[in-house]
Amino acid sequence: MNKKQSIRWLGLLPALAVFGLTLIYGCSSNQEFSSYGDAARKVYVAPGEYDEFYGFFSGGYNGQLSVYGLPSGRHIYTIPVFSQAPVNGYGYNEETKAMLQTSHGFVPWGDAHHPELSQTDGVPDGRYVFINENNTPRIAKIDLKKFQTTEILEIPNSAGNHASPFVTQNTEYISAATRFSIPIGSEKDVAIDSREETFNGTLSFIKLQDDGNMKLDFQILVPGFDYDLSHAGKGPSHGWSFFTSYNSEQAHTLLEINASKNDKDFIAAVNWKKAAEYAAQGKGTMIEGEYLRNYIDPETHIATTEHHSEVRMLDPRELPGMIYFLPTPKSPHGVDVSPDGELIAAGGKLSTVIPVHSFSKMIDAIENEAFEGEVGGIPVLKYDAILAGEVKDPGLGPLHTEFDGNGYAYTTAFITSEIVKWSLETFEVVDRIDTYYSPGHLMIPGGDSRKPEGKYLVALNKITKDRYLPTGPELFHSAQLIDISGDKMKLLLDFPTEGEPHYAQAIPAEKVMHDQVRYYRLEDNKHPYAARNESEAKVTREGNVVHINMTSIRSHFMPDNIEGIKVGDKVYIHVTNLEQDWDVPHGFAVKGANTSELLIMPGETRTLVWEPGKAGIFPFYCTDFCSALHQEMSGYIRVSPQESDVEIAYGTGQ
Amino acid sequence: MKKQNRLWMGAAALILIMVYLFPIWSINLKAPQYPEGIGLNIKVNTIEGKAPNDLQNINGLNHYIGMKVITPGSIPELKVMPFIFGFLIVSGLAVAIWGNRSWILLWLSLFAVLAIVGLIDFYLWEYDYGHNLDPNAPIKVPGMSYQPPLLGTKQLLNMRTTSLPHIGFYVALISMGCAAWAWRSEGKADKKKSATVMSAAA
Ligand SMILES: [Cu+2]
Repeated sequence: MNKKQSIRWLGLLPALAVFGLTLIYGCSSNQEFSSYGDAARKVYVAPGEYDEFYGFFSGGYNGQLSVYGLPSGRHIYTIPVFSQAPVNGYGYNEETKAMLQTSHGFVPWGDAHHPELSQTDGVPDGRYVFINENNTPRIAKIDLKKFQTTEILEIPNSAGNHASPFVTQNTEYISAATRFSIPIGSEKDVAIDSREETFNGTLSFIKLQDDGNMKLDFQILVPGFDYDLSHAGKGPSHGWSFFTSYNSEQAHTLLEINASKNDKDFIAAVNWKKAAEYAAQGKGTMIEGEYLRNYIDPETHIATTEHHSEVRMLDPRELPGMIYFLPTPKSPHGVDVSPDGELIAAGGKLSTVIPVHSFSKMIDAIENEAFEGEVGGIPVLKYDAILAGEVKDPGLGPLHTEFDGNGYAYTTAFITSEIVKWSLETFEVVDRIDTYYSPGHLMIPGGDSRKPEGKYLVALNKITKDRYLPTGPELFHSAQLIDISGDKMKLLLDFPTEGEPHYAQAIPAEKVMHDQVRYYRLEDNKHPYAARNESEAKVTREGNVVHINMTSIRSHFMPDNIEGIKVGDKVYIHVTNLEQDWDVPHGFAVKGANTSELLIMPGETRTLVWEPGKAGIFPFYCTDFCSALHQEMSGYIRVSPQESDVEIAYGTGQ
Repeated sequence: MKKQNRLWMGAAALILIMVYLFPIWSINLKAPQYPEGIGLNIKVNTIEGKAPNDLQNINGLNHYIGMKVITPGSIPELKVMPFIFGFLIVSGLAVAIWGNRSWILLWLSLFAVLAIVGLIDFYLWEYDYGHNLDPNAPIKVPGMSYQPPLLGTKQLLNMRTTSLPHIGFYVALISMGCAAWAWRSEGKADKKKSATVMSAAA
């Protein structure tokens, strides 16, 4: 090529460049832009507008319950449940400390896995959401009028409270099961390698009583497998509950190898109506089992602890007809019941198919005694007699299934990092979509109920890696919102979630938003140290215990000058928020206090205990920017040496 | 008087019972922090918040600018007004039963005078409330007073204040209208009567 020619060639370059850009933007991107635009419109909630659903996402190892609006993915609140929350003093202040009491003493942290909305007629009703604590077995009840934890029930004879909490069709019962079998009864000091002979699991049934309180009604003693997840039946299968189990090998060490040997483990099908009848007849035995029930008194807002020492244990070897084992391939994880109550899908996490059992076939098999054996007094049904079908090629590591109410099921595949959609009629996979990365649970609003809202699906992923701006080695978990309203699943939104959400549930906002408490009425405040108006504010000494009944209102405390406190005193500062308006909390913090602040809702009283260790002047102030003169909302406490004779004196504006 | 006009006059008196059931005037406040509004209803014998704690909350907000606390129990007008309306009801009924056309006019004039005096009094109360401020108030805006409008809307710092008659006031207007109707149609009846008398004489 001579020089002239090459110059001519160079002249073509701009044209080529334009052509190239057209290729890049014109084809691939245009397509994506239009679909992004589509997706953005679907998840956009305009300023001042509300989301369509409340989403309740477990916080996993933060022990709390996060609330997200869907479809926007906006994080709107975090409900403290099993962990101390310095954000508002939950578990620190005198009123709520008792919520975290257990038979092992005060436990400041929990591992929260599965939110479960209360149901009426098999449909979420918006009264309560329950959630389990996996580590020190407990179940909490959250009142959705206030978005506050109002009751925590400990579960005795349990360890690894994972298959929990799952409600029956009308929230008659909330069930729980042991992921870790342990010795049950009086002889607990045994060799670990005696597991096969000495360990058992238990299935617990907690009654939701008419007054809204939980009561541990009975437990069922089961073979020492690892009970993993559960769901109650509905419609025709109402009256039954299903629990997956793995480690039917009953290995006690190196479970990843030793608990993965059997071709099939079991789903335990429990006829809880029958069991409840046995319990009502006084069958079974009362056995030792220490547990606590903590609840918030509705009048004083003070948590109270109730001690229990025994529980009714039903033994299937003595009480027949309560429980049957359904053989299920390879260490099943989730067990999910179709909206019509007929199909029971298992996530055999090491299986290459999704086995789907039929409830009606199961009932036939029980009637015809189509048993292939018995384990620990529990009949094992024949696999072929109960199987409705197997979903082939569901991806690797199927874990959890939810339903859209339109004849399809959606299952997460952890290893291949995808969600597969399959037909409840043909058991064929009809669509699949990648998630980022490795989904555990998935959630469709109402997707485990009789009436799913088959519009959105949320994938709750276990691995985040590069999805958001990097934040060092520790990352929030990622969730993806997927449109399931059409034939093909479409990814709409990717949003980070705090802690490690395991399961989540969602409910139409309409069912919850209208009945919200905005503030507590002062005249209903029955707290023993409440000051319902400024004239009731006072400071009283009883020996070295000092009670300060303080009020707060925009923008001052009464009293705001206090003298006569001494080193060695135990000072209870009870702050009542006199406001009677929505969203006017006041806070309270005093220098050097070895605890968190208080955050006090209007009309409520909260108490901080302070044991000053040094003499001096200690400022205190409102920690919530409550008003234009918030910075002025402060005061001083004078602390004198122990032997001093400074008298108690207090006031505001004198 | 014709029976029909006595009934109109009776209605004018009795309808005033509704004044005891509904507010007479209302003041509504809107602010960035109160998108849903906050407000007061002035009733014949008291001032109430529109929502359960609105009065307390308005007093709380007003203390920053040094406005007096509104305590309905200490406002003398609210003690007198129930008796004024009581008097109007009783005297109105008396006019309906025994009165003639002139008594209707007298009753109506008295009512109108009382209403005007009431509105003037309300204005003065608003004036005092908006001007007579605590010198120790945390927020002092030079030249600023906080008198709410008698009728209509006014921006007072962050508060958009709207003052409007409420059902009770309209009831009072209807009452006056009924009485005026009775007076007018009784006048026509008188004319007709005198016309027939005259034609009979001719
Ligand atoms: Cu404050």
